[in-house]
Amino acid sequence: MPTHAITTKSARRLVSVDRFLTFIRVFLVSVIVIGLLAFIWQQFDADNPFAQWRNPGARGLTGDQFKGLLISGLSQGSMYGLIALGYSMVYGVLGFINFAHGEVFMVGAMTGFIASDKFQANGMWESNFLLCLVLIIVMAVFFSTFTAVVMERVAYRPLRNSPRLIPLITSIGVSFFIQNFVLGLFGPSTKSYPRLPEWLAKQRSILTFEIAGTRLLVLVVAAASMAGLWYIVERTKTGKAMRAVAEDKEIASLMGIDVNRTIVTTFAVGGAMAGVGGILWGLMFRSVTHMTGFLPGVKAFTAAVVGGIGNLGGAMAGGISLGSAESIAPLVILEPLGVPGVSQLKDAVAFTVLVLVLLFKPSGLFGERLSSEDRA
Amino acid sequence: MSLLEIKDLKITFGGLDALSGLNFHIDEGEIVSVIGPNGAGKTTFFNAISGLVTPTEGDILFENESIVGLDPSTVTSLGIARTFQNVRLFPNMTILENVMVAQHCRTSQLIYGALLQTKAFKREEREIRERAIEVLEFFGHRLVGYRMDQPAFALSYANRRRLEIARAMATQPRLLLLDEPVAGMNPIETAELTALVGRLRTEWGFTIIMIEHDMKVVRDVSDRVVVLDHGVPIAQGSYDEVSTNPDVVEAYLGRPVEAN
Repeated sequence: MPTHAITTKSARRLVSVDRFLTFIRVFLVSVIVIGLLAFIWQQFDADNPFAQWRNPGARGLTGDQFKGLLISGLSQGSMYGLIALGYSMVYGVLGFINFAHGEVFMVGAMTGFIASDKFQANGMWESNFLLCLVLIIVMAVFFSTFTAVVMERVAYRPLRNSPRLIPLITSIGVSFFIQNFVLGLFGPSTKSYPRLPEWLAKQRSILTFEIAGTRLLVLVVAAASMAGLWYIVERTKTGKAMRAVAEDKEIASLMGIDVNRTIVTTFAVGGAMAGVGGILWGLMFRSVTHMTGFLPGVKAFTAAVVGGIGNLGGAMAGGISLGSAESIAPLVILEPLGVPGVSQLKDAVAFTVLVLVLLFKPSGLFGERLSSEDRA
Repeated sequence: MSLLEIKDLKITFGGLDALSGLNFHIDEGEIVSVIGPNGAGKTTFFNAISGLVTPTEGDILFENESIVGLDPSTVTSLGIARTFQNVRLFPNMTILENVMVAQHCRTSQLIYGALLQTKAFKREEREIRERAIEVLEFFGHRLVGYRMDQPAFALSYANRRRLEIARAMATQPRLLLLDEPVAGMNPIETAELTALVGRLRTEWGFTIIMIEHDMKVVRDVSDRVVVLDHGVPIAQGSYDEVSTNPDVVEAYLGRPVEAN
C-alpha cells in the first residue's frame, strides 16, 4: 500500500536523523569529558601517560594563568552580555531577531573613537580622563540609541503586522545598510582608540587576581549598566509596561499603555546598552572598523540563545558564560587533546557551545520567557 | 445625559454582519446586562467600545465625545475598562505588578525620574502601590498578603477572574465592561461575585455593562437587559419584561419541553 510505504520511509529517515544527532551528542560530550580528565590529570602529574596520551607537550596551567583566562573571559563575556540584552529585549517584545543590533554596537564604538580622537588631539584625554570617559559614553549611548530608534521607526514599524520572517530579513538589510553607510562616511581603514592613561591601564592585584585596569573598567561599567537595566525593567513603571507589552500587546493597550511608545523605549534601552558595550570594546581592543559589529553581534545573539531568549538575566548570564567558555575551553579542553592552534579556536568554541545548548536544552540555560503568542 | 451612547452601530467581517443597527445607551450608575446566544455579537460589541475593532458604520459617544477610531490605550485613559471572557492576565508578572501596570495611564513619571530617584518619582511609586493594594483588598484576603508577589499563572481559576476585575478597576474607569464575570465559577463563588458587582457600583461608583449567561446573576444585578441575536438587538427592558418576551424565549432562553 502506498500510504504504508510512505510512513515507513519517513520513519526510517527520522531514525537516521536521530542517530546522527545522538552521534553528535556523544561525540561532543566525550571530547569535553576526555579533555577535562586529561587536563585535571596534568594538573596533578604532568608526566603520567594518560595525561600525555593525546598531547605529550601539554603541561597544564598554573593558577595565575587560569585566573588570567577567567578574567579575560569575564570581561569579554560581559560585553557580549550587554549586546545580548538588546537582542533579547527586542525578541521578547516583537518576536523577531534584530540582526542589525550588532551595527548599533558598532555605531557606539565608532562614536567613541571619533570623540576620543578629538579629545586626545586637544590634550583633554590625558589631563582629564574621567570626564572624557563620561562624555564619550554619553555620546556613544546617544548615537546608538538614535540609530536603534530610527531603525525601528523606518524599517520595522511599517512591518509590525507582517509575518515574523519579513522583519527578520529586513534586519539583515538594515545591517548591510548601516555597515556601508559608516564605510562611506569614515572609510575602510582601521581606527585606533587612544591609549588609556597609565594610572588606569596599569596591572593591579585584587583578591589575588592580577587584573589589567582596562579589564577592571570594563567589568565595573558593564556591571553598573546591567544593574541599571535590571532596576528599570523590574522596578519602574516603564519596565512594567515593557514586560506587559512583551506578554500581550492587546491587553497592554487596554491597560492604557501606548504600545508603540513602549516598543520605541525597548529599542532605545537596548541601543543604549549596545552603545556602552561599543565603548568598552573600543577601550579594550582599541580598534574599530565598519565591520566591528558583525562578529560580536553574532556572538551576542548566540549568548542570548544560550541564556534563553527573551530572558534578560539569561542574556547577561549567557554572555558571561559564552565569554568564559571561549576563553577557557581552548586551553583546558582542546590543548590536552592535542588540537593544533588552540588559541585560534575561540569562535569555533563559542558556536560549539551554541550547538551543545541547542542539542541538550533548546530553551536555553535559564529558560525562555516568551508570551503565548510568540510561542505558538 | 447618557454616559455611553451608541448609534446605528454596524460591524462587518468579510461580508458577515457581526452587529447591525445596534442602538444602545447607558446612564451614569446603571448596570446593564447583554445576553444572547453564542455568536450573537456580544463580545464584538465590547471590542468595538474598547477600541479593538473599528466599526464599519455608526458612532460611539462616551460623555458626548466620539471614541470611534481611537487607540485602545486612549479609550482606557478616557475611562473605559474591560475584562475578557477567556481571562487574559500577564501570566509571568506578579499579582501586584499586574494591578500596578494597569495604572500606567494614570501616572506621569518618566524614566528619568526612575534613574535620578526624584522625590516625585518615589511618591508616585508609593501611591501606585497603595492604590493597587486597595483594589486587591476589595476581594477580601484572597489576593493580598503573600499572594501579591506570586506570578499570576500560579493563581486558581476563580482568583484569576478576580484579578482581572481588579486590574480593570485599577485603570480608574467610569465605565466597566465585564465579559462573563462568573463563567466557570461554582455556585458559591458566583453568589459572592454577584454581590461584588453590586458593590462595584455603590462603593466605587462604576457604571457597568456585563455580558452574562447565568440568568440568576442577570436577574439579581441588572437594572436593564439587552438581548442580541445574530447581531441585531431583539429586546430591551427590565429582566421581567425581557425574560417573558416570546422572541427572546425563542432565540435564547428556550421554550419549556411540553410546548413542543
